[in-house]
Amino acid sequence: MKLDVQMRMSLKAEDRLFQFDVAFQSAKNLIVIFGPSGAGKSVTIQAIAGLIKPEQGRIVLDGRTLFDSNAGVNLAARERNVGYVFQDYALFPHLTVAQNLAFPLQRSLRDGDAGSALVQEFLAKFDLADLRASYPRQLSGGQRQRVALARALIRKPDILLLDEPLAALDPVLRGKTRGELLKLQQSFDVPMVVITHDPADVEAFAEDLIVFDNGKVARQISVDATRRASQIREVLALD
Amino acid sequence: MTDALVPLLLTLKIAVTATAIVLFVGVACAYVLNRYSFWGGQIIDAIFTLPMVMPPTVLGYYLLVVFGRRGWLGAWLQENLGIQLIFTWQGAVLASASVAFPLVYRAARAALGGVDHHLENAARVLGAREAKVFFRVSLPLAWRGVFAGTMLAFARAMGEFGATLMIAGSIPGKTQTISIAIYEAVQAGQDNVANFLVLLTSLVCVCILAASGKLLQREF
Repeated sequence: MKLDVQMRMSLKAEDRLFQFDVAFQSAKNLIVIFGPSGAGKSVTIQAIAGLIKPEQGRIVLDGRTLFDSNAGVNLAARERNVGYVFQDYALFPHLTVAQNLAFPLQRSLRDGDAGSALVQEFLAKFDLADLRASYPRQLSGGQRQRVALARALIRKPDILLLDEPLAALDPVLRGKTRGELLKLQQSFDVPMVVITHDPADVEAFAEDLIVFDNGKVARQISVDATRRASQIREVLALD
Repeated sequence: MTDALVPLLLTLKIAVTATAIVLFVGVACAYVLNRYSFWGGQIIDAIFTLPMVMPPTVLGYYLLVVFGRRGWLGAWLQENLGIQLIFTWQGAVLASASVAFPLVYRAARAALGGVDHHLENAARVLGAREAKVFFRVSLPLAWRGVFAGTMLAFARAMGEFGATLMIAGSIPGKTQTISIAIYEAVQAGQDNVANFLVLLTSLVCVCILAASGKLLQREF
């Protein structure tokens, strides 16, 4: 997997103007984007997903050009085959768990088949079989996250973008979920980009660590598995 | 007293037709103005809201200017399609729709605008075309607000008096709506008729409110 991102953008929020000038490349399977709030992490993955259009730049995933301002290319979000897990999970409140999973399987207005074999398979894989007829409001935080992950992965995306996936979970659950996310990455063989401001996540996930600061990439570190912990501490201590 | 039912049935026919039209047009306009920002958008929004605050007879006058026999559109419609709107129940629909439109439009804009953008974005990333995002995510989540606006629009359409009188006149059986009938009955001193019509109308309104209240209560 090769992800190549270069983009420039100004965003107006209330009175302030935010300038983003981001560039990084990675061929690793686990990329962590780390930085304080407001540094531009979410904006970057929203641009990769096609939810935001940069003013200038190029986003190429595995040789496929998702966005290129010079060539006038801007693939709609629905065409990019990118999986996205929102920080608040963005589960459809008016649909059951099974219907949420089935939603991406049908592009037209007809509902996806909530009873299909694929949906059943994913319900089982994510330990959601008992909750298939439940609504998101009836689920716990951890259960909601599993639904969000299953829904994002059911279309076999080329890459999975996770916006602060552990922020909403309690510390005990966080540790457990880190392990599960790593297992998911391997079993689905899908590259993941994880946004976080928690150093513990960096330690758990990063093969490539991209540190954001104030709308720019401050540092990019390729993390070596054997020296991981010390490398990361070194990086984060310098920030 | 079956005579007195005529204006009620006529009014219901006009109000239902007008409401159906403004539901479709109002939601469509709300969708377009919410989704696309363009120069003049605020001006159009003001124009769409105007019939709500304008005196009905003023609105009726404008409708006459446009749709009357010698009006801009009215003359064209008469010559090319043989359609005449004034002094017809279709003209009354036009008047009712004009005053009811802002109620659906504004309610729809608020309701659709209030849907969590993350949900709509999630739908897009999950492969949904814009039509699917609207019909499968935005509209189902906004339906309560739209419905409430539609009920108000229906009530407004049922009670329309000033603009209707100007463009459709008061022809018993054809354009004499219930509000007009009540007015004329009072003017002519026919208190019994007026009482009956008023009670009937009140009953219908209460039933509509009760029914819509029940529908709104059921959780999805």
